[in-house]
Amino acid sequence: MAQMAMVMNLDKCIGCHTCSVTCKQAWTNRSGTEYIWFNNVETRPGLGYPRTYEDQDKWQGGWELNKRGRMKLKAGGRFRKLMTIFSNPKLPSIGEYYEPWTYDYATLTDAPAQEHTPVARPKSLISGKNMKIEWSANWDDDLGGSTANTHRDPMLKKIADKVKFEFEQTFMFYLPRICEHCLNPSCAASCPSGAIYKREEDGIVLVDQDACRGWRMCVSGCPYKKIYFNHRTGKAEKCTFCFPRIEVGLPTVCSETCVGRLRYIGLMLYDADKVLAAASTTDEHGLYEAQRDVFLDPFDPEVIREAEKAGIARDWIDAAQRSPIYALINTFKVALPLHPEYRTMPMVWYIPPLSPVVEVVADTGEDAEDKGNLFAAIDALRIPIEYLAELFTAGDVVPVDAVLKKLAAMRSYMRDINMGREPDGSIPASVGMTEEEMYDMYRLLAIAKYEERY
Amino acid sequence: MTPPSKKSILDPGMDGALSDALVRSRRFFTKGTVSADLRTLTKKGGRGADDFYRDRWSHDKVVRSTHGVNCTGSCSWKVYVKDGIITWETQQTDYPSVGPDSPEYEPRGCPRGAAFSWYTYSPTRVRYPYVRGVLLQMFREAKAQHDGDPVRAWAHIVENPQRAKAYKSARGKGGLVRATWEEASEIVAAAHVHTIKKYGPDRVAGFSPIPAMSMVSHASGARFVNLIGGSMLSFYDWYADLPVASPQVFGDQTDVPESGDWWNAGYLIMWGSNLPVTRTPDAHWMTEARYRGQKVIAVAPDYADNVKFADEWLPAKPGTDAALAMAMGHVVLKEFFVDRTTPYFTEYVKSYTDLPHLVRLEEGADGAYTAGKFLTAADLAGHAGDENAAFKTVLIDANTGNPVVPNGSLGHRYGEAGVGSWNLELGSVDPTLSLMGTAEDRVTVRMPRFDTADGAAADLPRGVPVRRVEGHLVTTVFDLLLAQYGVGREGLPGQWPTGYDDATAPYTPAWQETITGVSADAATRIGREFAQNAEESRGRSMIVMGAGTNHWFHSDTIYRAFLTLTNLTGCQGVNGGGWAHYVGQEKVRPITGYTQIANALDWNRPPRNMIQTAFWYLHTNQFRYDQFGADTLSATTGKGQLAGKSTADIIAQSARMGWMPSYPTFDRNPLDLSDDAAAAGKPVGEYVVEQLKSGDLEFAGEDPDAPGNYPRVLSIWRANLLGSSGKGNEYFLKHLLGTDSSVRATETPEDQRPLDVRWRDEAPEGKLDLLMTIDFRQTSTTIFSDVVLPAATWYEKHDLNTTDMHPFVHSFNPAIAPPWQTRTDWDAWQTIAEKFSELAASHLGVRKDVVAVALTHDTPDAMANPHGVVRDWKKGECEPIPGVTMPKLVEVERDYGAVAEKMNALGPLVDTLGATTKGVTFELGAQVEYLRRKNGAVRGGVADGRPSLKRDVNVCEAILALSGTTNGALATQGFKTLEKRTGVKLADLAAEHEGKQIAFADTQGPPVPVITSPEWSGSETGGRRYSPFTINVERKKPWHTLTGRMHFYLDHDWMTELGEGLPVYRPPLNMAALFAEPALGNISDGAGGTEVEGLTVRYLTPHNKWSIHSEYQDNLFMLSLSRGGQNIWMSDRDAAKVGIVDNDWIEAVNRNGVVVARAIVSHRMPEGTVYMYHAQDRLIDVPIAETSGKRGGIHNSLTRLLVKPSHLIGGYAQLAFAFNYLGPTGNQRDEVTIIRKRSQDVTY
Repeated sequence: MAQMAMVMNLDKCIGCHTCSVTCKQAWTNRSGTEYIWFNNVETRPGLGYPRTYEDQDKWQGGWELNKRGRMKLKAGGRFRKLMTIFSNPKLPSIGEYYEPWTYDYATLTDAPAQEHTPVARPKSLISGKNMKIEWSANWDDDLGGSTANTHRDPMLKKIADKVKFEFEQTFMFYLPRICEHCLNPSCAASCPSGAIYKREEDGIVLVDQDACRGWRMCVSGCPYKKIYFNHRTGKAEKCTFCFPRIEVGLPTVCSETCVGRLRYIGLMLYDADKVLAAASTTDEHGLYEAQRDVFLDPFDPEVIREAEKAGIARDWIDAAQRSPIYALINTFKVALPLHPEYRTMPMVWYIPPLSPVVEVVADTGEDAEDKGNLFAAIDALRIPIEYLAELFTAGDVVPVDAVLKKLAAMRSYMRDINMGREPDGSIPASVGMTEEEMYDMYRLLAIAKYEERY
Repeated sequence: MTPPSKKSILDPGMDGALSDALVRSRRFFTKGTVSADLRTLTKKGGRGADDFYRDRWSHDKVVRSTHGVNCTGSCSWKVYVKDGIITWETQQTDYPSVGPDSPEYEPRGCPRGAAFSWYTYSPTRVRYPYVRGVLLQMFREAKAQHDGDPVRAWAHIVENPQRAKAYKSARGKGGLVRATWEEASEIVAAAHVHTIKKYGPDRVAGFSPIPAMSMVSHASGARFVNLIGGSMLSFYDWYADLPVASPQVFGDQTDVPESGDWWNAGYLIMWGSNLPVTRTPDAHWMTEARYRGQKVIAVAPDYADNVKFADEWLPAKPGTDAALAMAMGHVVLKEFFVDRTTPYFTEYVKSYTDLPHLVRLEEGADGAYTAGKFLTAADLAGHAGDENAAFKTVLIDANTGNPVVPNGSLGHRYGEAGVGSWNLELGSVDPTLSLMGTAEDRVTVRMPRFDTADGAAADLPRGVPVRRVEGHLVTTVFDLLLAQYGVGREGLPGQWPTGYDDATAPYTPAWQETITGVSADAATRIGREFAQNAEESRGRSMIVMGAGTNHWFHSDTIYRAFLTLTNLTGCQGVNGGGWAHYVGQEKVRPITGYTQIANALDWNRPPRNMIQTAFWYLHTNQFRYDQFGADTLSATTGKGQLAGKSTADIIAQSARMGWMPSYPTFDRNPLDLSDDAAAAGKPVGEYVVEQLKSGDLEFAGEDPDAPGNYPRVLSIWRANLLGSSGKGNEYFLKHLLGTDSSVRATETPEDQRPLDVRWRDEAPEGKLDLLMTIDFRQTSTTIFSDVVLPAATWYEKHDLNTTDMHPFVHSFNPAIAPPWQTRTDWDAWQTIAEKFSELAASHLGVRKDVVAVALTHDTPDAMANPHGVVRDWKKGECEPIPGVTMPKLVEVERDYGAVAEKMNALGPLVDTLGATTKGVTFELGAQVEYLRRKNGAVRGGVADGRPSLKRDVNVCEAILALSGTTNGALATQGFKTLEKRTGVKLADLAAEHEGKQIAFADTQGPPVPVITSPEWSGSETGGRRYSPFTINVERKKPWHTLTGRMHFYLDHDWMTELGEGLPVYRPPLNMAALFAEPALGNISDGAGGTEVEGLTVRYLTPHNKWSIHSEYQDNLFMLSLSRGGQNIWMSDRDAAKVGIVDNDWIEAVNRNGVVVARAIVSHRMPEGTVYMYHAQDRLIDVPIAETSGKRGGIHNSLTRLLVKPSHLIGGYAQLAFAFNYLGPTGNQRDEVTIIRKRSQDVTY
């Protein structure tokens, strides 16, 4: 089958939130959706939106394997779901998202003559009352984590010894998130009404607004918490991958407006019959490779034949061949899935970020970019590699390390070209790439023309 | 898909048989397909249930526009319209390509811009004209009493102290009521007419910044103000965005690379510039260039957003950046100039810098020397009679060992003899960089230093090689520079560092570590790498420098230390290299056309352009709170020229010597002054000089508190003075507006008060009679205004937009017509002009106006003052001669009844005088004729037959047609003119586009690339990326400086006085010493003293992630993504000291005012420093302060103006005034504040 997918290069994300704003303006700037951001950007470390959504011990999102190794919704089998349909305890409260507010702006114009300068006070959009603002969709923006919240941060539970919130050790990066449009969506499986479906032609996961009965099991079932409840209509809503745009050949709003130019969209062909087996991979560390194995090689004549047989149009095959997603996931192998351990087979992948080297290395007078230091420097990056592994590879540092080394090697290799020196073929070789591959990867990541990103 | 096979228990599968059965049953109830493995449901086609999203996406049209906000983005946007309603916006992606091997400019935009459409229908939108009720009522009554004459009605109110106080003291306290355009514009017009009549046109001021962001909108009011003879206030210097080092070093206001040129750099230092936040649409060039192998360094005191992209982070302490740069310069000089020579660098500095030029040494009483003036042709017997000899510098030709006077210096720029020789061609001359090899002697020179903790001046002896040239003891700038940087050479006397690890000697790496906290090794290595990269790549090392380093009192010295790095290493004028100053540096690419329209040069010249910092320093009475003299900053090597003077004294001195402009100018209405001269039967110049000498006439700046000298009318549009740029906000409220304030400072003690400037015992309050603002949203400025007029937004008008971050010009277009009673700026000012003309015809008629004009850069005025010697006629040091030792005096006729007619038509002076930009005069005959046809001609009145400027699109056409960057014929013409003076080939640069003329309709399509033009210093020819000074370097066209080269050395008297002849490190101002604020780090319990309890910290106001200045900070999207109100960031360590936790309500208190905000506590902040991201208006969730009992203030409630004397220098070479080119900066970074935890129960 075919799937529209996205890769975000976190190494280029500037954390500007333009994607969030353009998405919200286009889709959720209306009554009932005030608190909803189909696209949000999280500063990491940080608690995310809604807070601590990654704590599946608490929220029970996604899938797990039962004792027999069979897939089971973490929140309980689907039978149990039906039985508990009227009381769902695994829902984040509005406080976990945030209490949306506005201001008494009109008073600025209308205030009568008075003692003090007029001021617009915050008013809850839930209760209409005055409020003190205590949390927002992006409350921990640019904090780089905070001591006050460490104990609540599910990401830090396993690697607390690697992260210290001290000025000298500060690190942070940004994680933009939309719906993962999973190959194995736990939201759809959670829905008692069958209102959530995956579009056959492009895999976009949608909520049928007519069929949705507002049970909110999908909210619980989604481990990424990317399905939201519209409290005005009583229906679930989620990122639509901007299907009205995709259908006419336009990239999603969040992608086209991404001023960091870090989002790629493309088509992936995959073997639907292999999804369940892949998602059921016993070892969590194997999930990343297992998902890659589900993807089909669009250049494989056999695949092309089968696809044509299945009625997939020629231009779709062409699109799959030109897909930057395929290149980043399978050719260059620099993109990784977000939380594969949720077993939903997510289809928005990420290139992990490099970060400045810590002072201890720089103090030695070494140049972290020297070829000889390249790999030592990877070990000295400010972002602990274990943190990235918790996000992208269920804690396995090996694939993350491989990606970071490729990025660093690319910079080192390209520097020679940039400075007019003879390029050094041993650099790409050291990360298992040819010079041509490395140059192609550089063009896709750096030059990244509009028509090559989408 | 194959049907499910019989499943083995070992196959992967779903959780259990029962649920399988349930899910399988779904097949019977839905139209979708349940996947064979029962995981999921798919559907194909149909999908009526998705209609909601399809419908939401649909729209009727998409209109191209942009945001006329004070940022440098200049992003082209798509504005979506459905059913006549603006729905949202996304970025355009149709920028012309940069080429196949480079990233593109698409998309450009940021979250702020993406949130703009919220304003259109928001409840903060100003929909109707408003006037404060108390004023409106008085006006109506007064008008009735005065036969319906609005002018007499206005006089009736403002000339009566009680009535005036009644409405002035109500400012900012609500009570705005709706008025009609008719009535509101009548009040505004009446105020103008009365003020002009009684006090003079120079008592009217206009403030609107940054024309590049919307040129027509800026020009609207500017044109009106300039037609009536009012003062337009500067902004670039006022914002402290002007890097004064730029005029000092380059003789140029600012010219910087477009962001696409970062791609070409091999080494990039982001120094105090948080690119992701402040250059959001450009930041990708940096992230992408890293993949090309560019090395990236971040220097920032906090772990800022940009640090994550750097290879290394140098967390230099706030304000100490020059120390780091000086140490890096020390390494570069030692390793690349002394230990070995670097051919590329040596050749570069010989040709393009003043390093080989000779400087005379002056012997002091103790036998030690100080650096003096440049040796000039006037000092050489064989050349003394040459034209402009005092402005031709001298160097030694290494071939002959003899002094030569090279081409290209200022003396060659003007006069007959210089034709064809104003160029940097050296011919066979090989400039001698150092006299070391040929020295006759070595002497010790006292080099100033300020590196003690409190910044106190000292000096240290360091030797230089010298020789005598016709009796003058001289050395080279290069030899002085080595001495300054402490790079010793064998056999030189004086004190020198023992090595890089000598922490006691400036300017070693170890020395800087004690100041900046950056390790000596890192400083050494980064300095070395920067130069190595430049050597290898021939100049492709770049420093992006931002407000973090440019908003300090001593930022000019910080920048000169940076520029030393780029200029020594041959990076300036090279693609991918040099300085990239990105602080409010907006570039009006079609500058010539814009200038004609905005300054109304087509009808009358010259305009009154005022330096805004000095204006407010005097007129908000901040000068009455100084606690130190102007000489506090002097070096021990100076002559005491500033001793005993106050800052106000030197502002007055600078004004009367013609260095800097001064409006209001005289203590008499300049219209009356003209009449008086006529009555006396004398030419106005002669009369004024006579009156000044007799003392019957004085400069207004010498008595700013005399009621006749107040600024009386202030119009603000496209700006938020009281919520954003007004440093010393509380002083504005108190003295300018006469309303409540939280000023806590005490007045200047008697022994430190000004000498020449009159001190009046009672400080005035409420100087301003009318504050009028045009805006589309409520701001601190509108809230305090007497009259508020509703403006069209950027999606409701036509205009033009450019930036220096990209090389395109593009347009604003209305997506909807201006709603409610809003009007475009152009329309609003036409309304005012019409009403004004109607009233002025009878009240003012035709008058003559005496305009005093400062000695101006890029004109022969720059040669008024040989050697930069101070000559004050008032002290009897010379005669007052207009245009030489005092301002030029020009009489201008003002037909006040015809102002509206002139607004609407392009006047005749462009035909006869042409248009001059940076010394190049363009002839505009053909272009005027074109405009007459394009725009249509005006019929009747004073403008009969002139091209129409009635509509905003007409103005767009005029700006485009009259500029070289948008009209290839003019670019070529200008280069040909310049070729005559320089004698070098230039016109080919524009030849490829000689026939290209950009019309407004062209800008309504994709952004249009501009044309290489002599209006700027770089070249886009052949599609290359713009980098400044490439024309200077590649074509040997001189810089607009004394030597014609980039300057390391500045020999003006006051530069010497401050010890800043050469780059030097000066620490942040010590507010404890200057103003008796508590010392940094002090924790007070508030007991016993007058000070409040809390922790004293450095107070910085960087640019906000969630706004562009005050724009967007009130936008609900931005507030929802941040913390929804005023915040102060502080380190967890500091917070712990005073018991503050995240999101606590706190107060920041110092002598200037009080702020209430919530704390954001983060370990990414350095200890000892807090950030209050600037321009969070006081209107959003600001409670009453405990400390003052008043509404909490804004970020600028804690700051005040401090004027650096050297910024007032004028009349000398590149140190001469031009609007927004040179002037004192409104810096604000050196401030400190007490942070206290307050009660968490807040009231409003």
